[in-house]
Amino acid sequence: MDYKVPKQDINTDPLLSKSPDFNRKSAVMKTDKVYKCEIINIVELTEFEKLFRLKIADRTERELFDFRPGQFAMLEVPGFGEVPLSITSSANNKEYIELCVRKAGRTTEVLHQARLGTKLGLRGPFGTSFPMEEMAGCNILLIAGGLGLAPLRAPIYWASENRNQFKEVHVLYGTKEPAQMLFTYQYGEWEKVNNIKLHTIVEKGDSDWKGRTGLITELFDEVTIDPQNTYVIVCGPPVMFKFVCHHLNGEGIPMNRMFVSLERRMHCGMGKCCRCMVGSTFTCVDGPVFDYWSVLNLKEAI
Amino acid sequence: MINKVITKGEFEKFISGIIDANETIGPKQVDTDRDGKPVYQFRQVKSFGEMDLDYTITYSSVKNFFLPFREELSRFDFSEKDWDQTVEYRVNPRAIIGVRPCDINALNILDKVLIGGAYPSPYYLARRRNTFLVGMDHEPLEDCFCESLGQDTVHRGFNLFCEDIGDKYYLTIMSSKAFRFLENVKVTDPTKEDDIKFHERRKRLRDMFKTKVEMTGLQSVMDIEFKSPVWKKWGDKCLNCGSCAMVCPTCYCYGIEENIDVGLKSSRKERVQYSCNLVDFAEVAGGHNFRPLKEDRLKYRYYHHYRGFAQNGDEPICVGCNRCGRACLAGINPKDVINELQLES
Repeated sequence: MDYKVPKQDINTDPLLSKSPDFNRKSAVMKTDKVYKCEIINIVELTEFEKLFRLKIADRTERELFDFRPGQFAMLEVPGFGEVPLSITSSANNKEYIELCVRKAGRTTEVLHQARLGTKLGLRGPFGTSFPMEEMAGCNILLIAGGLGLAPLRAPIYWASENRNQFKEVHVLYGTKEPAQMLFTYQYGEWEKVNNIKLHTIVEKGDSDWKGRTGLITELFDEVTIDPQNTYVIVCGPPVMFKFVCHHLNGEGIPMNRMFVSLERRMHCGMGKCCRCMVGSTFTCVDGPVFDYWSVLNLKEAI
Repeated sequence: MINKVITKGEFEKFISGIIDANETIGPKQVDTDRDGKPVYQFRQVKSFGEMDLDYTITYSSVKNFFLPFREELSRFDFSEKDWDQTVEYRVNPRAIIGVRPCDINALNILDKVLIGGAYPSPYYLARRRNTFLVGMDHEPLEDCFCESLGQDTVHRGFNLFCEDIGDKYYLTIMSSKAFRFLENVKVTDPTKEDDIKFHERRKRLRDMFKTKVEMTGLQSVMDIEFKSPVWKKWGDKCLNCGSCAMVCPTCYCYGIEENIDVGLKSSRKERVQYSCNLVDFAEVAGGHNFRPLKEDRLKYRYYHHYRGFAQNGDEPICVGCNRCGRACLAGINPKDVINELQLES
């Protein structure tokens, strides 16, 4: 009997030969294998934000990428890096997914130079989601500040596609300036086709702006809230949801019916690198969607 | 689990057999510090005599052999308008000799986090599965406090563990591999006398701990004292160098770096060990930093280590080796910070 330590080659593990299924969190798999996808459309939303429509090349992988509103994906720009982005398209759409990207760092700057047909990598979906089924039969209040409209577009699609399941649907949206408003081309459809009431406000108007100016909390005077029959989703800068949630808490909406989506730095998306920790909680695995009670319990969240 | 005893002469034969057949890593003196005391590290060894098995503590932990400072996760090879990704898990069988109980407990904690939780890490798993681990007990240093954390003894996470009972080692065999390897040498069942020596040894080691850290109720104290001035006091001393995380046997936080090779034909995606004390750890795109102050970052590391995080079941992940305390240029150490926090509340 010799002393040779046997080799256990996990590269030959049958689970590793398949495409990774990121919806099966604990199964052994190629955690860093990306799904190859192609940019099939680019919409310039503002000076700093672009909407990328991506189609996953492999049919099996396209089916595996089954997400829920509120979840995020890691977008890989080979050679440059990977960025976490909330999925902004409809969860029902199995053909392509859309990601809204703000030019904010090294990788996103490169991404903004990408043209149609560019091949990117995608991992996901990751994280928690908004409990859309639970909201059926109630009013929905979606409150977004700035880029926060991007993660809310998925639940807006959900509400539109299942419009009969919900009572009133309100979207409250505020930005610093009118030029920063995202998805303006869809507002007419949301209001006229999907019976969604859109309320907008900007902090500083320009000569063309005919709407309201002020902070987002001022929009509450346009909505009558039925606290026992309303679900709220909030996404925006921390200072915004602090005031918004505080106000709604005062209105009497139960804390477990108010949801926020948090943003943190992420490197892995899988509860390993710890870059996105808030207090003792991973934003990537336990979030990004938290109810208000959980957020109040998170040290350093707000 | 099977217990045997082996004479020190036979043990040398046994370990030499392992060294001859495998890539083997063991404790070695590599330098002396400014006080003239030996500095030990785990290094590749070619013979039994090269090792210092009665070493005090290695400066870095064995963690680095499972979570190397820099590790390739995947590579992209570029073609005309496309690319191909390659993912490979490195599996080179090897043996590590002379690992202390606290360091094995640290690996058990990393197992929980990196294999047990969501999205098990295949990179870590490949290295753990292909490592033959021989543990050994030791006399604690004056500033070791693993006993306070219950990490001074170990009962799993190794192939073989050896406790020094004089002219023999009391063996705990935890794998069939170790059992079969031991068939090459002479081992015997422990006698009543060996068992007594084993208990005496354990008691003697336990009684040697001089440094105590008050762990009672620490998790809730961490939550309650989140705004304590203790954090600012120690945070102000911190140099944000990240040395504590580099030598820590359980710090696993990392960053991802991606670099294009000089030939512009491929790129590598690498995991690089990081420290939560480094200034940009929680900085997001656009420049907002969620932990702008030194005290925020220092507190966060203590919070992770003593409050415990989700994936380690809300258990502290510190094993009490005090490597961070010895490495810290600013003189920050867990015993002082925690005891101060405990007294205050």
